[in-house]
Amino acid sequence: MASYTVTHQKARAFYDTYERKAELQNQTHYCPGCGHGIVSKLLAQAIDELGVQDRTVLISPVGCSVFGYYYFDVGNVQVAHGRAPAVATAVKRSRPESIVIGYQGDGDLAAIGTAEIIHAANRGEPITVIFVNNGIYGMTGGQMAPTTLLGRKTATSPLGRDAMNEGFPLHVCEMLNSLEAPVYIERVALGNNKQIMHAAKVVKRAVENQVKGLGFSFVEVLSPCPTIWKMQPVEAQRFVRDEMAAVFGLCNFRDRTKEAQARPARAASPALEDLPRLLDLGNGSGEDAVAACPPQELDLRIKVAGFGGQGVLMLGEVLAEAGLDAGYEVSWLPSYGPEMRSGTSNCHVRLANHAIDSPLVSRPNVLLALNEPSLRKFLPAVEEGGLVLYNGSEIPGDCVRSDLRMVALPFTQLADELGATKVGNIVMLGALLEATGILEQGRVVGALKRLVHPRFFELDLAALARGRGEFRESASDDYLWGV
Amino acid sequence: MQKQLTKGNVAIVKAAVLAGCRAFYGYPITPASEIAEAAALYLPRAGGVFVQAESEVAAINMLYGAAAAGVRSMTASSGPGISLMQEGFSYLAGAELPCVIADIMRGGPGLGNIAPEQSDYNQIVKGGGHGNYRTLVVAPDSVQEMADLTTWAFDLADRYRNPVVVLADGFIGQMMEPVEFAARATLPAAPGWAVRGDAETRKNMVTSLYLEPDILERHVRKLEEKYKQAERNEVRFESWRTEDAEIVLVGYGIVGRILKAAVELARARGMAVGLLRPITLFPFPTQQIRELAKHAKAFAVVELSTGQLVDDVRLALEGRAPVEFFSRVGGNAPSAEDVLAFVEHTFPGSLPQPVAVRQEELIHG
Amino acid sequence: MAIIGKPDRGSVEMNAEECKGCGLCLEACPPKVLHLAEGLNRYGYHPAIYAGVGCTGCGICFFVCPEPGGIRVFRLDAVAAA
Repeated sequence: MASYTVTHQKARAFYDTYERKAELQNQTHYCPGCGHGIVSKLLAQAIDELGVQDRTVLISPVGCSVFGYYYFDVGNVQVAHGRAPAVATAVKRSRPESIVIGYQGDGDLAAIGTAEIIHAANRGEPITVIFVNNGIYGMTGGQMAPTTLLGRKTATSPLGRDAMNEGFPLHVCEMLNSLEAPVYIERVALGNNKQIMHAAKVVKRAVENQVKGLGFSFVEVLSPCPTIWKMQPVEAQRFVRDEMAAVFGLCNFRDRTKEAQARPARAASPALEDLPRLLDLGNGSGEDAVAACPPQELDLRIKVAGFGGQGVLMLGEVLAEAGLDAGYEVSWLPSYGPEMRSGTSNCHVRLANHAIDSPLVSRPNVLLALNEPSLRKFLPAVEEGGLVLYNGSEIPGDCVRSDLRMVALPFTQLADELGATKVGNIVMLGALLEATGILEQGRVVGALKRLVHPRFFELDLAALARGRGEFRESASDDYLWGV
Repeated sequence: MQKQLTKGNVAIVKAAVLAGCRAFYGYPITPASEIAEAAALYLPRAGGVFVQAESEVAAINMLYGAAAAGVRSMTASSGPGISLMQEGFSYLAGAELPCVIADIMRGGPGLGNIAPEQSDYNQIVKGGGHGNYRTLVVAPDSVQEMADLTTWAFDLADRYRNPVVVLADGFIGQMMEPVEFAARATLPAAPGWAVRGDAETRKNMVTSLYLEPDILERHVRKLEEKYKQAERNEVRFESWRTEDAEIVLVGYGIVGRILKAAVELARARGMAVGLLRPITLFPFPTQQIRELAKHAKAFAVVELSTGQLVDDVRLALEGRAPVEFFSRVGGNAPSAEDVLAFVEHTFPGSLPQPVAVRQEELIHG
Repeated sequence: MAIIGKPDRGSVEMNAEECKGCGLCLEACPPKVLHLAEGLNRYGYHPAIYAGVGCTGCGICFFVCPEPGGIRVFRLDAVAAA
């Protein structure tokens, strides 16, 4: 009596019974003769042979293969139409040891998901993508796909696809082959025994590349859709072999698996205790903790305004940083966007010995105007009794307000004398500190040390001193303004 | 930990990493870009992943992948980018995936401008995507809250297996204030349902697809119950000088701060004005607003949009008290003085009697 | 046709109950030993069935069959053949 051994049977990567399916749990939902069944089988076979069932995560698309998770006994993630490469990217990066396989149809990958596949390929995500091209939207009932052959009638190209109206069939492998990063790109077909057996090898290679830690691997499978094509399965197979393969061409476009370097393992994560330091948290000044009590009653509502590039935002930031260091409540709110690079720029700074309600300064009691337009714009809002420092040799006559203390000094020129126009803002800061006596010199120096480039630190100290000096000389003895 | 002067957009990232976020997938847009920039710096330092995606559509789907794999993950954007992400919001909620999305609102519609608005309220709080889902929404009014609410958002996301949005405006994103960050970093274990690509989780599956009507209904009812649970348990708000308030101002985010200043101005004028600031926008402090109507004569909603939040306040009150509305848009914000003028003009009866004012003047001479 | 006394090199087990009768295996089978049954299975398809003799165990039918569990292929054990 002859004895026989099983050589081919249902892959272990498939569930025995498809319990996630509501009924007919031993059979796929695919139509008779559907290429998806064959591609699934080749993929499951590859997973078995490579021994990666436990590590595999299958990304199911939208389309006829939406139910990949019915069949594959692997980790499963079902995703939105066209987005499988984006999801696969993140699964793989989250779990580098996993084997992530994207499975997509032609509408999914080559129409709505064009951007996602190109960029995943271009980043060289070390994933495997199986692209089933049957030139039609199957699940939605036979609409034109980007890969539909010219002349083919579909539900949405009832007169036949016309290049003048619908463009040409999209050649995805060729497109991806123009990118530097992919490691493996091949187009195969399910047109006859030989093609199917070759496809089996190629699908396995594409998964194996990932197991080896190489880069992006892509297999396009020309596949029959007998039901929607309105053909018998054998006739559909012939169509794949004779018509589709002729238009698209079967070819290994890219095999850089020999040159490709296996990706280095990600560096070990730091200890949690190290995170605050790695996040630049903690006392950057390296000095003692903030003073427990604010040194004095204070409610400064400061508006700093000027042209972009005058250091408006930095002036405000130094004030806020030093104020915080001195134990005050502070806030700093910039105008932002293109005006950071040109045009006008302003920021709102508050320093107070109590909780700050609104960080928006609508009624400033200090205006630091680095140019004339800013002076004119914000002067009317300044509160009675407020202080205005103006970057100029004198306050324009029509801007003089007798209810304010207004001081004009040519801060930019003073900075020029120090050799750097850009520290005009710090000269002005020096004048402000001198005028108000609000912050100890040490707090301001500490803030500058943390905020400015070391290269400019000494210059900034000189600018600060110059501002203080100029203010002392220019101001009468009532300069200690009401704090 | 010592307070540190921090930009709102940066505070989000630092708090996220301390809360165990190890993945950021994003796309630049003003005024949210600093979040991606900080993430690009800090996530890799923490052993996490940063990817600049090809679009917001890709970014939100990358979030879907990271969340499916059981990693605490986040993204950030602003109006136009959030519009593109709405597909992903729906899928994330449908597949019950936790993640955190920061929306730093700018002016719209269309390209609008990059200045602050609050006009994403409806698309975030009411759900801009398809289907029966909600996002949980927290609305910080300070940089400290940017940090604190981001931390909380990750916990909420995990607890409810749902996307949580940190809804802030350009002001809060761009400004700097002192922040005290969590003293200890945490890194929660991956949830049991995640698909991690290992033997233990091989049978796990993530999907939003339920083909059978009865099964989908059951799923939607389950989501509905989660949202009801959130409404029972997670409402947060700030009530400021409302105990004796005749007029209650309602506003969130930066507007809450402005309204606080306006309350002080109004109180100084002898007007009994208070502030109710929703901290969660969904769940909305419906009961708390209704409660205030027992004493308050009227409500005034102030927002940087042309009437989005105000709808929820009206629904909460169900006609119990009149609701007045004041807004600025396009990147403008009302000053506290503007709000005071609005209140005085709208509620002239609530001003103190002229006699009283004169007495006041006499006393202080 | 197999000669009596000398066993076939292979054998095949067709899952007639799950077969959708697409006929791809018939087309693919090199020795042409598969055909569609005259009767219908419970789904209403004419399932593919094996003639019972002549299988070479090549396994091609297995690969072309779209159903994961549609076909099992066997090969004659070498020891038994000797």
